[in-house]
Amino acid sequence: MSKQTQWITVCNQQDLVADTGIAVWTEDGPVALFYLPDTEQQIFALSHYDPLGGANVLARGIVGDIAGEPVVASPLYKQHFSLLDGRCLEEDGVTVASYPVRLKDGLVELNLSQSQSQSQQTAVA
Amino acid sequence: MSKQLIVIGNGMVGHHFLEQFAGTPAAAQYQVMVFGEEALCAYDRVHLSEYFDGSTHEDLSLAPLTWYQEQGIDLHLGECVTGIDRDKQVVSTDQGDYPYDALVLATGSYPFVPPIPGHEQEHCLVYRTLDDLDAIRSSAQGVKKGVVVGGGLLGLEAANAIKQLGIEAHVVEFAPRLMPVQLDDEGGQVLKDKIEEIGVQVHTEKATSAIVPGQEHRLRMEFGEEDFLETDLIVFSAGIRPQDALARSCDLEIGDRGGIMVNNHCGTSDPAIFAIGECALWNQQIFGLVAPGYTMAKTLSSHLNGDTEAAFTGADMSTKLKLLGVDVGSIGDAHCKTPGARTVRFLDESNGTYQKMVISQDRKKVLGAVLVGDNSRYDTLLQYMLNGIDLPENPQSLILPAGDGEAPTLGADALPATATICSCHNVTKGDICCSIDAGALDLGSVKADTKASSGCGGCTALLKNVVESELESRGVEVNKDICEHFPHTRQELVHLVQVGKIRTFKELLEKHGKGRGCEICKPAIGSILASFWNEHVHEPDHVPLQDTNDTFMANMQKNGTYSIVPRIAGGEITPEKLIVLGEVGKRYGLYTKITGGQRVDLFGATLNQLPLIWDELLQAGFETGHAYAKSLRTVKSCVGSTWCRYGVQDSVGMAIFLENRYKGLRSPHKLKMGVSGCTRECAEAQSKDVGVIATENGWNMYVSGNGGMRPRHADLFATDLDDQTLVKYIDRYLMFYVRTADRLQRTSVWLENLEGGLDYVKDVVINDSLGLGEELEAQMAHVVDTYQCEWQSALADPDKLRRFREFVNDQRDDPLQQWVPERGQKRPREMTAKEKLIAVAS
Ligand code: SRM
Ligand SMILES: Cc1cc2nc3c(=O)[nH]c(=O)nc-3n(C[C@H](O)[C@H](O)[C@H](O)COP(=O)(O)OP(=O)(O)OC[C@H]3O[C@@H](n4cnc5c(N)ncnc54)[C@H](O)[C@@H]3O)c2cc1C
Ligand code: SF4
Ligand code: FES
Repeated sequence: MSKQTQWITVCNQQDLVADTGIAVWTEDGPVALFYLPDTEQQIFALSHYDPLGGANVLARGIVGDIAGEPVVASPLYKQHFSLLDGRCLEEDGVTVASYPVRLKDGLVELNLSQSQSQSQQTAVA
Repeated sequence: MSKQLIVIGNGMVGHHFLEQFAGTPAAAQYQVMVFGEEALCAYDRVHLSEYFDGSTHEDLSLAPLTWYQEQGIDLHLGECVTGIDRDKQVVSTDQGDYPYDALVLATGSYPFVPPIPGHEQEHCLVYRTLDDLDAIRSSAQGVKKGVVVGGGLLGLEAANAIKQLGIEAHVVEFAPRLMPVQLDDEGGQVLKDKIEEIGVQVHTEKATSAIVPGQEHRLRMEFGEEDFLETDLIVFSAGIRPQDALARSCDLEIGDRGGIMVNNHCGTSDPAIFAIGECALWNQQIFGLVAPGYTMAKTLSSHLNGDTEAAFTGADMSTKLKLLGVDVGSIGDAHCKTPGARTVRFLDESNGTYQKMVISQDRKKVLGAVLVGDNSRYDTLLQYMLNGIDLPENPQSLILPAGDGEAPTLGADALPATATICSCHNVTKGDICCSIDAGALDLGSVKADTKASSGCGGCTALLKNVVESELESRGVEVNKDICEHFPHTRQELVHLVQVGKIRTFKELLEKHGKGRGCEICKPAIGSILASFWNEHVHEPDHVPLQDTNDTFMANMQKNGTYSIVPRIAGGEITPEKLIVLGEVGKRYGLYTKITGGQRVDLFGATLNQLPLIWDELLQAGFETGHAYAKSLRTVKSCVGSTWCRYGVQDSVGMAIFLENRYKGLRSPHKLKMGVSGCTRECAEAQSKDVGVIATENGWNMYVSGNGGMRPRHADLFATDLDDQTLVKYIDRYLMFYVRTADRLQRTSVWLENLEGGLDYVKDVVINDSLGLGEELEAQMAHVVDTYQCEWQSALADPDKLRRFREFVNDQRDDPLQQWVPERGQKRPREMTAKEKLIAVAS
């Protein structure tokens, strides 16, 4: 089965919590979903892995904006990651994967194949 | 064709010259080439010792290599210049010959090693470069003992470094006292006592006659017959000598005792050659500090730019240091050499402080000073000396300990414009004023503009004072906005919330802010809202405001798991409850530890486990300990009068009462208290935000103590209080703090920054000068009455519980959380750098 073009369902809309993040498990490892109901895009998906803190925690950061750009601040060492493209605002060259995500019939769907960065996250087993 | 400028030496001063010269008009006419003997580009030698604290060359380096490229500087590292042909104007290295039109010698100095027989063997080392430090580190591997020869400034620093490497450190000094150049006999003695207290042994008046193989250690230093010291390594720090070998070989004029002779614009006896820094001899003086070298570099740059006025006119050699944790300061004429000068001295052998001031015959001016054990008067004395400010009526008050009267500190506005604030970068108060007038409106911009305080850092506090006082006198408001989303301070937000009866973040943002908020304003406002309305942190409006610790009511650890700290009020716990903690710890495989706050911390719980664990704890009668929140942590107690033979009041009872009263109070920062049963103070109450100490007649109350990063002894607030008055005062004091402090300001910092200080707070709390007393008490009563254990309410609410899922679509725990055993328990497994990489790139 190819994951190339597939949208996968990861959770219900009710699992989302307004203005903050939750984590889901996917075949690519943990993904963080942020729900900002008063934005046009509403849901944003980034890798859950914080490469600077070295742990799966990004969904548990505080969501906000820096000069208008929606961001999450890592709960470990507080670096900001853009919800738009996963870019770290403090450390040049550090980016976490970001994924296309959509709401369909009350379900949240992810498209893992179109990750916006080479650096997808996988758990070290 | 452009001319060639060659700089020999890529040390601190050589680099500073490049920085000063780059971008000037003259720089456009020259091609600049630099030779450095060391393999690494210029680094901060002043902070060399931090290398042993974990700083790397990168941390210490003065500019990245890219900076040299950007400036078009041709940098040759690891290439030593071996000769200068002045007739042909060519320098040579082992890699080639390079012609020059202008040549700058910035070769610094080298450590002097006394020609003691045996000094050239292995494990005889020096302390000047990063390579030297590497050599010391490897020599110290697996051995027990090291000796530093030389009890001067650098020698003591080297001794500290050796101590940090974990081996026994000794200092051997030829003179009868330590730091003979800067200190007098008494100062040297106080310093010696203090240093020996820390465990570094000092041997004065010892001349080493030979170094021979040792019996118990690698080496033996022979002092005289039967007198010797064995050691595994020796670091020579017996002074420095100007590195003038090149200049000698090409017959430049050299001083009798070494050093390349220079004039006021740093020119040598050859008009095409200049010398700056520690290799240069000006007016028969060598300057072994970085600040004069920087001034020379600046002078030379101006001179090359045709400024005929630019001149080096000597430098102040005052120094302020922390050696082995002991403050040492030496100012101006420390040895009282000026004719007619007298001294005013204060020696406190019990505390190990020595303060000496040298004043002029007419008792009007400070000429010099020696300070040991306490440098708090340094800035003031230095400014008196440098600016020739007239002494106050009682000059002795400048060095006597405060207490009986106040110590006259010199306000920043009392300084003349010529006062040097930062000697490393030669920045005067006038320069700072110019920078402010040119538009620098905060400390950061003034720093960037003038470079002040970017050298040794010794002037940081003074600089801040000057900048703030100048800004204030210009009517500039210092920007204290909490963040980009709210143009307000925390205190203003408190008022807005209170006056507008605002209950949610969204409402406050709509009315008074912009954007979506951030991790700074959200938790701060969450805390303000909680201190007024005390609603559960899990209400949907409040959830997005909380740090992860508050959200999950546990403390996140480095691997994403959490720690659990149940409240154990006053540190009192029954055996039954201790057993429960043990059982729960065992059942969930948690690492357990006694905290510094007299309670038990259980580490390593996953998000999925948190509610299960808390369910068990609640059933056993525990409640949350708020270890995650900016609120009351613990009230530390001593056992007090119920058991202790000296106790005069029931300190445990009081501690439990206070802890239960103030638990859950949301505040700008965490709060800690302590209650001791008598003056022996076993609960260390005077290091807490609120300290209570029992007396025969009741309780003494102390406020604004702090441990942590900057410990502060608490101030005595009121004495012999009965229980009721004590609680009333604490209510008012805490609420006043909650209302007026800045975000993340402990009570210590708050009090220090509050206009009017302690007296003002006493007035508000004790005399009710603002008429706020009852309101503050009522507000506290509301918080006390509406207290709920957040874990209790979370477990009762399925909606809240839904958040405690590692992954909402999967039962598994996070596979990245792995453990290794340690001392019978577990701890997170460190990921290797490689694993981290694999974790990001798949
Ligand atoms: C667990 C504990 C260490 C231990 O194993 O003993 C601890 C652990 C932490 N301390 Fe502490 N401190 C602990 C007692 C102390 C003490 C001792 C005391 O309370 O008597 C102090 C000095 C006293 C004081 O605060 O004045 C202390 C001064 C600090 C500071 C510095 C505060 C300051 O004003 O300078 C920080 C940093 C901060 O708060 O910004 C800090 C921060 C922390 C943090 C939050 C650091 C972090 O972000 O991970 C740690 C989280 C706790 C956790 O994960 O559970 N911890 N910490 C202690 C918990 C006590 C408790 O039962 O609640
Ligand atoms: C441990 C320590 C602590 C100190 N603490 C303080 C302090 O607290 N306050 C203070 O003011 N000062 C302090 N100093 C002194 C300060 O570091 C010096 O004053 C400063 O480094 C002098 O700068 P410089 O450029 O003249 O010499 P250096 O920084 O020594 O630079 C000279 C450079 O020239 C190179 N060189 C020499 N000959 C040649 C050649 N033939 N070819 C190529 N390169 C060559 C050397 O390798 C060296 O890198 C401290 C020094 C040390 C070692
Ligand atoms: S402070 Fe007093 S009462 Fe408390 S343990 Fe010490 S001696 Fe006993
Ligand atoms: S005095 Fe050294 S940085 Fe200012």
